[in-house]
Amino acid sequence: MIEVQNLSKSFKDNLVLDNISVKLERGKTNLIIGESGSGKTTFLKCLIGLHSIDNGEILFDNRKFSKMNDKNIRKFRQEIGVLFQGGALYDYLSVEENIMFPLNMFTRLSLKEKRERVNFCLSKVNLEKTNNLFPSELSGGMTKRVAIARAIALNPKYLFCDEPNSGLDPKTAILIDNLILEITEEFNITTIVNTHDMNSVIQIGSNILFIHHGKILWKGNKNDLTKSKNNELNNFVFASKLFKTLRNENFT
Amino acid sequence: MLKYLKEIGQYFILIKKVFSFPEKKDIFFKQLFNEFEKVGLSSLSIVLIISFFVGGVVTIQQAINIDDPLIPKYLIGFVTRDALILEFSPTMIALILAGKVGSNIASEIGSMRISEQIDALEIMGVNSASYLVLPKIIASILFFPILVILSIFIGIFGGWIGGISIGVTTADFVLGLQTEFSPFYVSYSLIKTVVFAFLITSISAFYGYFTKGGALEVGKSSTTAVVNSSILILIFNFIITELLLT
Repeated sequence: MIEVQNLSKSFKDNLVLDNISVKLERGKTNLIIGESGSGKTTFLKCLIGLHSIDNGEILFDNRKFSKMNDKNIRKFRQEIGVLFQGGALYDYLSVEENIMFPLNMFTRLSLKEKRERVNFCLSKVNLEKTNNLFPSELSGGMTKRVAIARAIALNPKYLFCDEPNSGLDPKTAILIDNLILEITEEFNITTIVNTHDMNSVIQIGSNILFIHHGKILWKGNKNDLTKSKNNELNNFVFASKLFKTLRNENFT
Repeated sequence: MLKYLKEIGQYFILIKKVFSFPEKKDIFFKQLFNEFEKVGLSSLSIVLIISFFVGGVVTIQQAINIDDPLIPKYLIGFVTRDALILEFSPTMIALILAGKVGSNIASEIGSMRISEQIDALEIMGVNSASYLVLPKIIASILFFPILVILSIFIGIFGGWIGGISIGVTTADFVLGLQTEFSPFYVSYSLIKTVVFAFLITSISAFYGYFTKGGALEVGKSSTTAVVNSSILILIFNFIITELLLT
C-alpha cells in the first residue's frame, strides 16, 4: 500500500499539488483521473521520485521515502515498475534485451534463467515469439505490452502506468486495461494508473481519485461515479454524450 | 549571465554523476565496446580521407609558397610534418569529430530524454548518466588518440603524394620529416586530443541529457553541443599550447 500524507508540490509560484492525502491500496487498480493540467502527471512523478516534493510524506508499505538514503532509494526503485506513456523501450535493444535489461542490472540469474523469465513475462502480455523484434518494428499496442512485460520483470510491488491507453484504438486499449487488471490481481501489487480515458475508468476503476486544480476532490470506485454530486467530477466524467446516456442507464 | 552560470553548474553536477556510480562491470565493458564502434571506428573513414587530402594540399601550398632557390626543398616535408602533428591532426580532426560524434551523442541522448528512456533508467535505479555517458567518454579518450595518430600518418602520406605531384623528391620530403623531429610534439598532440575528446563527449552528452521538449529541441541541443564544444576546443587549444609549448 502507498500512503500519501499532505503532499504539496509547486513549480516556482505555481502550486500544482495542494496538500494531497490519500491511500493507494494493494491488489487494486488505483486510477487517478482529471483534466489535462490538473496535476495528475506531477502527482505520479512525485510518487515515483522523478519530482521532489515540497511538503508531505510518501510511505511505501510504511517505509518513508524521505528517510531513504541514495543506496536505499536505488534498491527501492527495483520494487517499482513503470509503464510510460510512450512505452520508453530502449530503441537499441531488442524486445528480449529490453525485458532482460533490469534482470541484467539487478540480478545474478544465469542467461537461461533470464531467458525463462523474459519468456514468462512475454507470455503474460500475450507476445510470445517477439523476442528478436526491435521497438521500431512494434505497433503501439505491442510497445505498451512489451513495456508492461519489462515493468513486471523484477516482480515489482508497485506498478505505475502513465496514460497507458493514449494513442491506442479502443480494442487494444481494452486489452491493455485487462492486462493491467490481471497483473495487479495475480501478483497482488499496488497499481496506480494515470488516465483520462473514461473507458478505463469503467473497465478497471476499483479505486478512483479525481484530481482538480491540484486537489483531490473525489474518491470512490466505478460504481460510485454515477451517484456523485460533485459538479467538477460530473463535468469531467460526463462530458461526452455517450457517457451521459450511459449514466442515465446506470452503466448497464 | 545567470543562465550560463546555471549551465556550468549543471555540467559539473552531471560530470560528478557520470563518475560517481559505476554500473556492473560486464555491462559497462559491453557498452564500452559498442561505443568504440560508434564513437571511434565509424569516424575512421572520414578522418583518413580528410587527412590524406589536407596533407596533400598543405604540401602543395608549402611548395608553392617557398619556391625559392635559397630555401631548401626538404623544408616542405618539415613544415608539413609539424603542421600535421601540431595543429591539423589534433585540432582540426577534433573539430570534425565535434561535428560528427558530438552531434550524434547529443541527438542520441536527447532522443532518449524526450522519449522518457532516461526516466525509465532512473526509475529502475540505474545511474543513467554513468550508464549512458561514461562509456562514451572513456571510448573517445582511448580511441581519439588512435584516430589522430592515423591521421598524422595518412596526412604525411598524402603530403608525400602531393609533393611528388609537383616535383618534390621523396628524398627531400623524407629528409624534411626527419629534420629536428621532437617526440614531445607528438605527446603535446596526444595530450590535446585527450582533452578535446573529453570536451566533445561530455559537452555533447550534457546538452543531450538536459534536452527538454520535442524533436525540434533535440536538433537545437545537437547544434548547441557542436557549437559550444568547437568553441571550447579552440579555447583549450590556446591554453594547452600556452602551457606546453611556450
